[in-house]
Amino acid sequence: MITVRGLTKYYGSLPAIQDVSFDVAAGEVLGFLGPNAAGKTTTMRILTGYMPPSAGKAVVAGYDVVEHSLEARRHIGYLPESVALYPEMSVRAYLEFMAALRGVGPARRRKQRVDEVMARCQVAHMADRPIGKLSRGYRQRVGLAQALVHDPEVLILDEPTVGLDPAQIIEVRDLIRELGRDHTIILSTHILSEVEHVCQRVMIIHEGRIVAEDTRDRLRARLKGGELLYVEVAGAPSEEITAGLLSLPHVQDVRPLGDNAYQVTCTLGSDIRAGLAQFVVQKGWQLLELRRERISLEEIFLQLTSDEPRPDQAPAGR
Amino acid sequence: MRNAFLIARRELEAYFISPIAYVVTAAMLVVLGYFFSVILFVTRQASLRPLFGGSALIVLLFVLPLLTMRLLAEEQRSGTIELLVTAPVRDGEIILGKYLASLAFYLLMLVPTLYYPVVLEVFGRPDWGPILTTYLGIILLGGSLLGVGTLASALTSNQIVAAVLGVGMALLLWLIPSLAGFVSGPLADVLQYLGLSSHIADFAKGIIDTRHVVYHLSVIAASLFLATRILETRRWR
Ligand SMILES: Nc1ncnc2c1ncn2[C@@H]1O[C@H](COP(=O)(O)OP(=O)(O)O)[C@@H](O)[C@H]1O
Ligand SMILES: [Mg+2]
Repeated sequence: MITVRGLTKYYGSLPAIQDVSFDVAAGEVLGFLGPNAAGKTTTMRILTGYMPPSAGKAVVAGYDVVEHSLEARRHIGYLPESVALYPEMSVRAYLEFMAALRGVGPARRRKQRVDEVMARCQVAHMADRPIGKLSRGYRQRVGLAQALVHDPEVLILDEPTVGLDPAQIIEVRDLIRELGRDHTIILSTHILSEVEHVCQRVMIIHEGRIVAEDTRDRLRARLKGGELLYVEVAGAPSEEITAGLLSLPHVQDVRPLGDNAYQVTCTLGSDIRAGLAQFVVQKGWQLLELRRERISLEEIFLQLTSDEPRPDQAPAGR
Repeated sequence: MRNAFLIARRELEAYFISPIAYVVTAAMLVVLGYFFSVILFVTRQASLRPLFGGSALIVLLFVLPLLTMRLLAEEQRSGTIELLVTAPVRDGEIILGKYLASLAFYLLMLVPTLYYPVVLEVFGRPDWGPILTTYLGIILLGGSLLGVGTLASALTSNQIVAAVLGVGMALLLWLIPSLAGFVSGPLADVLQYLGLSSHIADFAKGIIDTRHVVYHLSVIAASLFLATRILETRRWR
C-alpha cells in the first residue's frame, strides 16, 4: 500500500532524512519511532504531498506522491503534528468543509459521513462548538475525524497522542487500534509504549536514517539475541554456578549480577525455566528466584540510537 | 474550480466574523463619505466624477491590503495551511479561492456606497452612464489591489508584514507614472501605462477603454500566478 525508496530531504544543506526506504502492506499498522528531530514529520510530510523529497520516491495506494500528487492525496487521511484547525469554525462546519474538499458528496451523503465520523471520534456532542474553544484532547479528535471523513485507505498520523492526558491517550489508542482493522496506518511517536500498544510492526528512525525495522516482537528479540532470564541461586561460588548454568542446553550467555543474581541469555523461542530449576536442585544449590525478563522497547531504542557504533557498522580500524 | 468556490465560501464566512473586515469597511466608508459630502457641497454637481476620478480612491490602496493580509499569512503562521495543501486541491485553486473571497467581500463593502448616486438622483439629475462605468473602474481597481494584497499575503507568515508589503506594492504600482516625468520617449509611455493610477480616471469620465480593462485583468492574473508559485516554493524549501 505504501512503498518508499531512497527518500532523502535536505533543508538547505542539512539532511533531515537520508535514504529512507520501507514498505507498508495493506491493513498493516506501522509504528514510526524516533526521538525528536529524527525526521518523522519530514517523512510524513513527503508522503502526504505537503512537500516533495530532494531525492527518492514514494508511492501511496498506487500513486506516486510527486507525479500523481492529487490522486495520492485522495487516498490519504492525515493528522499533522500541529493539528492546526480553523479556530472560528464549528466542528461540524469544519468537517463538512474538509469532506467537500476531499470530494465527499453529494451534500446529504456528506452530512451523513460527518455525523458518522463525529460519532466514531466522540465529538458529536461538541458539533456546534467553535474549534478554538475546544480542549487539546477534543481538537485531536476533530483532527482524527477530518482524517477519516473521506474514508481513506491510508492514514498517516503524526504523534497522535502528544499533549493528551492519560485517559485521552488510552481513548485515542483504542480508536487507532480499531481503525487498524480496516485501514493501513503509519503512526509516528517518540513514546515506546505507544508502538507496543498499537502497532504490529516498528520502524526506528534516528538522525534521519532507519536504524531498525521489524515486527515488534522480533525486533525486541533480535536485538538482545534471545530470551532473557533473571535467576538468583545460592549455595556455591559464583564461578561454579556460572559454569553450571552455561552447560545447560539453549544457554548462550550467563552474566553474574552480584548478590547471587545472574542474567541468563537463551536462544530465541526457548523456555528452559523448568530444566534450570531441576538442575539447580539436583546440584544441591538453592533457587531463590527465577523469572523471565522482558526487554522493553526503551532498551532496544537506547541500544539502537546510542551513538556508539553497532558491530555491523563499526568503522574499520577501530 | 469547485474547490476554489469551497475555499472562497469558507473564507468569506471568516470575513463576517472578523473585526478587521468591519473596521476596514468603516474606514473606507467614512473616508469616501467625507469626500463625497465635501465635494458635493463645494461643486454642487450631480456627478461621481470628482469623487471616484480623483485622489479619494487612494484610500483603497491603504485599506484593501488589510482585507487580504490574513488570507495566506495566517494559514502559514498557524499551520492550517498543512491540511489545506494536503487535501486533493491544486495550489492555484487555493489562491483563487482566497482571492475570490476578498473580492466578494469588497463588492459587499461597495454596496453602501450606492447611497451616493441615490442621493444624487434625489437632489439632482445625474448621468447614469458615467456612474456605471465608474463602478466598473472601482471594481477593477479594487480587484487589482486585492490581487496584489493576496500576493503579499502569500509571501509571509506575518499578517502585519503582509499588510505593509501590500500597501507598499500598491503604492509603487500607483506611483510608477510619476517617474515618467524623469524620462522621455517611449519609456515614458511604458511607465505611464504600467501605473495603476493611469487606469482609473477614464472610467469616471464614462469611457470603457479595453486597454484599461486588460491592464487590470493582467495585474490580477500576474499577482495570482505569482502567489501560486510562491505557495508552491515556500513548501519546497
Ligand atoms: N521547515 C524546516 N526547515 C529547516 N529544518 C527543518 C524543517 N523542518 C524540520 N527541520 C529539521 O529537520 C530535522 C527533522 O525534523 P522532523 O522531521 O520534524 O523530526 P521529528 O518529526 O522526528 O521530530 C530536524 O533536525 C529539524 O530541525
Ligand atoms: Mg515531528
